[in-house]
Formats: sequence, C-alpha cells, structure tokens
Amino acid sequence: MRTMNISKLFLGIVALLVAPLVVSAQQGESHIGKVSGHPDAGRHLYFRYCWGCHGFHGDGNGENAPYLNILPRNFVAATFKCRSTPTGTLPTDQDLFNSLVRGFNNSNMPSWIALTDQNRADLVAFIKTFSPRWKTEKAGDAIAVTPEPKLTLESIKHGQELFQKLECWKCHGQEGRGDGPSASTLTDSNDQPIRPYNFAAGSRFKCGSTNEDLYKIFLTGVDGTPMPSFGDVVKPEEAWDLVHFLRTLQVNHKSPELALWESTKEGAEQVASRKVKGTPTGGGIDQ
Amino acid sequence: MRAKAGYVVGIAALAVCAVIVHAGPSGGTVSGKVTYEGTPAKQKPIDMSKEPSCAKQHATPITTETVVTGPSNALDNVVVYVSAGAPDESAPGQAAKYEQKGCQYVPHVLAFQVNQTFEILNDDQTSHNIHPLPKINREWNRSQPPGSAPISEKYDKPEFIPVKCNIHPWMHGNFAVLKNSHYAITEGEGGFSLAGLPPGKYTITAWHESYGDQSQDVVISGNETKTISFVFKAKPY
Repeated sequence: MRTMNISKLFLGIVALLVAPLVVSAQQGESHIGKVSGHPDAGRHLYFRYCWGCHGFHGDGNGENAPYLNILPRNFVAATFKCRSTPTGTLPTDQDLFNSLVRGFNNSNMPSWIALTDQNRADLVAFIKTFSPRWKTEKAGDAIAVTPEPKLTLESIKHGQELFQKLECWKCHGQEGRGDGPSASTLTDSNDQPIRPYNFAAGSRFKCGSTNEDLYKIFLTGVDGTPMPSFGDVVKPEEAWDLVHFLRTLQVNHKSPELALWESTKEGAEQVASRKVKGTPTGGGIDQ
Repeated sequence: MRAKAGYVVGIAALAVCAVIVHAGPSGGTVSGKVTYEGTPAKQKPIDMSKEPSCAKQHATPITTETVVTGPSNALDNVVVYVSAGAPDESAPGQAAKYEQKGCQYVPHVLAFQVNQTFEILNDDQTSHNIHPLPKINREWNRSQPPGSAPISEKYDKPEFIPVKCNIHPWMHGNFAVLKNSHYAITEGEGGFSLAGLPPGKYTITAWHESYGDQSQDVVISGNETKTISFVFKAKPY
C-alpha cells in the first residue's frame, strides 16, 4: 500500500514539474490551418532571411533599411498593413502567413514561397515575440466577409456612386490613377511620401489580388498608410458593389467586371480612352 | 434657560459648519503662466482652395497653429500637468470631444485621461479621415464622411499623440493622454491653475508641441497656492 502511494506521489510531482513546460510550449505558438509554428524554430530562420531589412530587434532598422523606399515593417510597433481584422487591431496568424506567401507588391518584401509552410508558420510565431502587444492583446476579430453577390451592371453603377460619395477620388483620382487632389501630399506613418494605388496600371494590390482581398482592404484599412478603414461607413452589401466598380477602373487587367462594363457603350468608350495602346516593346503608342 | 443655551450652541455650531463648507476646495493649488522668449516662427496662412466647402467658412484664411501666442509673450496650447506625485486615476465617464470644423481640429490640443472615451465629430461637408499617429498606443485610421456618427475611441497608455487628416494635409492637432485629472491647457494670457492637490511633492510638467517639455518640482503642505512659471525658448523656424 505504501509503495503505491509513493509512486502516485512521484508521478504527481513529475506532472507538476512538466506541466509548466507543456504550457510554455503552447504559448507563443502560431496556428495556420493544420500547421503549428514555434518561435524557437522561427528564430534561426529570421536571423538567416529577415533581419537584414527588419533588423536585429525586429524594429525595421536593418542594415538595408536606409536604402529602401518603403521601410521594412516594425514588428515592435505591431502596426500591420494587410489584415482581415479591424483597423488598429492585431492581425491573425493567417494574415501574417499570407503576407509571407504573397510578399508586398511594389516594395522590397519578396514572396517567400521558397520556404515551406512549416518554416513560414515558425516565422509567424517568432515575429509575434517582438511586440509586447501580443502578450496583452488578442488578435482582432476577423471581419465578416459575406458571400459575393452576382455581378450586374447595377452593382457596378452603385459602386461608382459610392466611389463619389465616399470621396475615394480625392486620393485615387476620378480614373483611379492615384492622381487625386490630395495624392501628392500623402505621407505614410514613417513620414515617407507615398502614392495611392493606381487602378489603371492594373498591378496586384498591396494585400492580394482577389475580389475578397479588395473587399478586406477598404473595410479594414491599410494601417500605417493614409488608406483609412471604411468599416464604419460601408455596409457589407454595398462593399461588393464597390469591389465590382473598382475592377472596372483596372482597364489594363482582364476581369469579368471589366468585360461586363465594356459590353456597354459607355463602358467601351471609357475603357478605350484609358487603356494603354500599342505593343509592350513600345511600337504604336500614341504620344 | 438650559434649552435656550442649547439653541444658541446649536445655531453657533451650524454657523461654524457653514463657514467650513464655504471655506473653498481642500488641497493646495499650483498656478502660474507659461510664456516664451525670443521670436517664434511666423505662422503661415493655409490655402484651402482644394476644399472649397471649407475655404468659404473662413472669411480670411486661417494660419498654421504650431505656435499660438497671446498678449505679453503668453504661450498658448501648452499642456500643464502633474507628471509625478499624484496617484493614477480611473477615467471619468464623460467623453472628451474633438471636432473637425472648417477643415480644422477644434480644439488644437485635446487632453483626456488614460481609458477615457473621446469622441470625434465631423461638422464639415467633406469626408475626413481621422489618423492619430501614436508611437506607444495602437495606430488606427478611420474614414468619417459628413453626417456620420461620432467616432468613439480611447487609449490605454499615457502619450502625446499627433493627429492628422491625410485628405487635408494642413490639418494638424494633438491628443494629450494623461494619467490623472490634474491638467490644464493654456490659452489667451497663458495662465493655468491646478487645484485640489493634497499635501505632497509634485512634479509639474509643461508640454508644447514645438518646444518640447519642461518640469518643475513643487511641494504642497496645506491649502496654499504655489505660483510657478514656465518660459520656453522660441525658435524662429
């Protein structure tokens, strides 16, 4: 009887000693789908691939930083551009993972598709150790993305009205070329000059390339830049109308929305006047 | 006779109580003036022609507000507050109000406490985006079209936060997020008064958006008023 009690006591003590280790191993983990990342595994990846720009302390002051136009993300401040969560809140693990996969268009942040999913999950877990905010705040609640309704001309027209009413043109310009009245004075939160997205150029958005990415961009804002969140003022059913209209501004990028718009007389004239004519090698471009 | 004496004593006691009640707030007061020496930078008129709905609200163009002065070298928009010696206080229930009016922030400096709600209102006919730029608190950026509801927010750490609107680049303001209720913002003749301070040693700090901050220590022993002054060196640029 005594030996049984002693062995139970022994097991109990071992459990007590091991439990904190188990708990601390679970803290600071990242979870993306079925993959879990760990900060200790992410550390050596960060100091191999990331610290040259993002810095020894994760504050964006890496060796390369003085030569970069868009400065590297400061992980200590934890203000992130591309999120599915409301402005001012922390992104989800999936948001950070997606940023690693996509990279950031028109910036020095490449797409890290050469790394494995496990590598990227470990990096996400390590990046979260730079800011004390991850210890005291939970990530924001991802915004509700309603199912995209059918594409119609009414939707595009309503989106055009929204573009006027919300005064998007003040920065993005009436043709979406990033040449609105306020465009030339814009600075980001590091006081660096920054231009609004040019829809007519048709390049990928900063935070993705799908309609859903576009929907999330204006409903969560691009934190750290002049692009605010319209989450207070745009209802979900209106948001898709705006998405459909914005696609028609991308005159050099094929999309169902642009095709539908071009099938109307007004749309065909408008797109023809805005589209770049001529060949990619420069022949036939009207000066 | 005894009853009458009792009445007299009672009335006298009431009178004494009345005197005590009307003696004024308990605690000491730190008051004084904030002034500048030297020549401050000239404030430039703001060209609002890109926003006609705001331009027409100002008969003469308003100027920038990086340095606002009053008579006799008074320095306005200085936040004078107790930075040490007073306990942190929980936030009051009333919201502080920040208005966007005529494409200008009113007031130019808004002071409120940690975790106190503040409300931002858009009184103009144009959209504004409200974009405070904190370094310690969370950064957010929200669009506020005309006629939309006030935006309610709060900050959980003390900080001086510049505020701007990206659409209208001349709009600049400040939030002062403070730990207790002992603060004042100078205006007009540059005077300030911090009352209701229990006995103790306090550090009083004066902060100006262009000239930085200065601190002085003050000891309060009872209900007295201590007078201190802050003088900032003005820069011509």
